[in-house]
Amino acid sequence: MKHTRIVITGIGLTAPNGNSLAEFRHSLLHGVSGITMTEVRYMGQWPAGLCKFDPLKHQKKKDVRIGTRAGSISIYCAREALADSGINFETRDKSRVGVYLGITEHGNVETENEVYNISKFNYDTKFWTHHHNPRTVANSPAGEVSLNLGSTGPAYTIGAACAAGNMGLIHAAQMLRLGEVDLAIAGGVSESPQTFGIFAGFKSQNALASHADPTKASRPFDKARNGIVISEGGCIYTIERLEDAQARGAKIYGEIAGYCVNSDATDYVLPNPERQAQCVEKALVNAGMTVDDIDIVNTHATSTPQGDIQECEAIRAAFSKRREPVAINNTKSFIGHAMGAAGALELAGNIPSFDDLIVHPTINVDELDPQCDIPGLVINQPRAVKRVDAILNNSFGMLGINSTLIIKRFRT
Amino acid sequence: MTKDECRKLVIDIISDIAPDEDLTTVKPEVRLRDQLQLDSMDFLDIVMELRKRHGIEVPEADYTQLASLDSCADYLTPKFQAKA
Repeated sequence: MKHTRIVITGIGLTAPNGNSLAEFRHSLLHGVSGITMTEVRYMGQWPAGLCKFDPLKHQKKKDVRIGTRAGSISIYCAREALADSGINFETRDKSRVGVYLGITEHGNVETENEVYNISKFNYDTKFWTHHHNPRTVANSPAGEVSLNLGSTGPAYTIGAACAAGNMGLIHAAQMLRLGEVDLAIAGGVSESPQTFGIFAGFKSQNALASHADPTKASRPFDKARNGIVISEGGCIYTIERLEDAQARGAKIYGEIAGYCVNSDATDYVLPNPERQAQCVEKALVNAGMTVDDIDIVNTHATSTPQGDIQECEAIRAAFSKRREPVAINNTKSFIGHAMGAAGALELAGNIPSFDDLIVHPTINVDELDPQCDIPGLVINQPRAVKRVDAILNNSFGMLGINSTLIIKRFRT
Repeated sequence: MTKDECRKLVIDIISDIAPDEDLTTVKPEVRLRDQLQLDSMDFLDIVMELRKRHGIEVPEADYTQLASLDSCADYLTPKFQAKA
């Protein structure tokens, strides 16, 4: 089946190490981590990735007060993406704009804050805020974007654990192809470090990273890795049908070549390399590509002892027929695990490779784990390459959800 | 607690609830909604902050008493005095 061609025309992001694509890319090429020690309620100091964007650039103080951190991140990224795209949003038919945001979870931050709040009042629930429900409904971050932009088309989130960032883009492509909308504002967001529960949960799972130097805490593929660094962030794209983008003379970052979403159906938390490999293979088929067409594989690896090994196993299997090793990297080594934003942010960090032909590395590999020693891994230093025509981005999540997204260089 | 002090307490609360507003020109006799961007959720915030900060309860039937700064002072000052 011949698909309508879908292209990326704008990128807005905030990451722990940059508040624009240019800043983010500069950090990724210069070994700049965004991880710092932060105070986690009840738990003390832990490494985490916090963003430093200015919410008041696009929101009033009152909207920041009423809304959520995820909403502020979403609005910042959406507005920045629109500005980057050159779209004259004021003249658009706003009923034909879709907002599709991947989230790992939403509402934990706001609920924890309220439980903490009423703990100061002897747990009397009359002190529980009336803002709780609008803050915690699952569509909240996307709804805040629609309120801010005045967009009246569909605006909702896609819950897909840590595969969610890719899912925002995939869903956008699907809705554009169905003709449901003319412009998609799509990606992924996370406010996770604002909740202690995710830290405590990973700690109890023995999967929370610790290191005296927070910038060294996220270390996928390193022998001494000991878990996940929890981060916030967001990355939102403007996505359009090619004909619409060309009609307005848009700058085109890349084209959505193919994708796959599948499920392990094997465990609540443990990944399944066989199913991950299938996800990659099906995405290649969907894109009409072979493993030899891919130039960069951005891994999901979260710096957990077991998860990294299993993803390496999946990549070995999926790329076993490749003639030359593909360049493989990891963005979480810089920014930690931005949860719902991860896939979208990590893709954005690699998109400039279409222009500069440099593959950003995975950092903090002091001693490569032999079980993660896959051919092509770009370790600690950026690598110049001769060709970047296609980027394959993996994002996997709990309950066994896998997403692979392939972006290719735009060619008419 | 005087009515002027009461008005100041209410203004302090509103300054947190509506942080973008210029409160220096608020006319005490005019309905707050007619001069500030306040909606029903904001009034619930005012009720909540009176409860949290000052232990003052405003029953739903009395919400109309919070319409203006002057009506707030008339209604709330006796409540503050009763707590003193």
